[in-house]
Amino acid sequence: MRVTAKIAGYQLRDITRSRWLFGYVLFFVLVTDALLRFGGGGEKALLSLMNVVLFVIPLVTLVFSTVYLYHAREFIELLLAQPIRRHQLFAGLYLGLAIPLSVGFAAAVGLPFIFHRAVATSQPGTIPSLLLVGVALTFVFTALAFYIVSRSEDRLKGLGIAIALWLLFAVLYDGLVLLFLSIFSSHSIERPVLGLMLLNPIDLARVALLLQFDVSALLGYTGAVLRKFFETTTGVLVTATALIIWIAGPVVLGLKAF
Amino acid sequence: MIAARSVSKRFGRLGVLDELTLDVSASRITAIVGPNGAGKTTFVKTILGLTRPDSGSIEFDGRAIGDDAAYRARIGYMPQIARFPENLTAAELFAMLRDLRPAETPVDEDLISGLRLSTELEKPLRTLSGGTRQKVNAVMAFLFKPDLFILDEPTAGLDPIASGVLKDKIRTERAAGKTFILTSHIISELEELAEDVAFVHEGRVGFAGPVKELIRTTRQDTLERAIAQVMMRGVAA
Repeated sequence: MRVTAKIAGYQLRDITRSRWLFGYVLFFVLVTDALLRFGGGGEKALLSLMNVVLFVIPLVTLVFSTVYLYHAREFIELLLAQPIRRHQLFAGLYLGLAIPLSVGFAAAVGLPFIFHRAVATSQPGTIPSLLLVGVALTFVFTALAFYIVSRSEDRLKGLGIAIALWLLFAVLYDGLVLLFLSIFSSHSIERPVLGLMLLNPIDLARVALLLQFDVSALLGYTGAVLRKFFETTTGVLVTATALIIWIAGPVVLGLKAF
Repeated sequence: MIAARSVSKRFGRLGVLDELTLDVSASRITAIVGPNGAGKTTFVKTILGLTRPDSGSIEFDGRAIGDDAAYRARIGYMPQIARFPENLTAAELFAMLRDLRPAETPVDEDLISGLRLSTELEKPLRTLSGGTRQKVNAVMAFLFKPDLFILDEPTAGLDPIASGVLKDKIRTERAAGKTFILTSHIISELEELAEDVAFVHEGRVGFAGPVKELIRTTRQDTLERAIAQVMMRGVAA
């Protein structure tokens, strides 16, 4: 643990000085602030923000992490040549990437809400869950980036896979689900769709968030079917477990391939 | 000190090490030479446990290297390519490595002054030139007074003065009983340092033995010519 914390600490120092992270934080500050200023009440702003979060976090986390890890490849080898265990180094690097990205995001989104005194006006629990889901997504996609980098030595290929993965989860997947729904619309397909939902961390995050809002109108076709299920305690538990598996799975796979 | 037995490694379809067998004696300077892509770097990485061989074994002081990372505390490694976290300074980098070791580890910082790095310590690593980064790289290998030094192409990218300083340092440590493994694709570069030489070609050891003996038996003037002679004979036979 001591070694892991130290590695994470030094990496934190490196990353917090990078312009990338600064830009990422600034982006979220500006978007949140703009939405709060011009986007009507806190509720509406939160919903728009949610869509931005679900889109941007996976992309930035994946690309930033893969680029950073490929760049650090030789240095990671040098660290591995030290008397350090692989899993300690892995954990240190993982936390050293996921924590600054998470904290940066949470601060960038949270602070404008406090500044605009919008916390009180929005529904209770919505802002914390937005932050929580954002952080969870950051951990999921950092883990996926680790897996990609461990498996592919070729930088360009790795980056390509990262972007393809993002496209799949953020854009293509919903289209496929929709296609699936329209093909089998005459059948009772609630359960398979439920399974499909759990297979995409972004969809999962979206459902988890929409549960907090009182706007069923904004639920997509995919979500509408499942609202009933996800509103129950079981639904919440399943969602949380699935998100945790989405973090743990790639972490374990990445560590094995590391 | 190092005993490698039939070490093989493939990357996909490409065979890099092919049943490589080599002994490295303690308190000697062993030069591993061979053309680019011969498998030199892969071999030293397997000693460090960075690459796991597909078959074969490597012993360090009589103990097979495995998942236990502790033996690496006795090795100082200077990789071929020096790339560091961009936004850290060299001073922070040294502090980090020191931090990762037990507190009582003695530290050798001679090379920082020897290579005139003192003024560069507080600058972010990304602003340093390639040669300066290579110096930082060298300092790191010597930092913890290891028993075994593995220097992968140590003089590549160094200016003649720095290269001389490094070679003097290697001689000093050798005199103190330390073991060295140096690699280079330019045979003549390590000639003045090497006591033992291993010529690696296509993942195998073409020749291994003391330099003096090699030069005597082949009656050649330089190591390069002696190895060429041995290789020619090998092809003929």
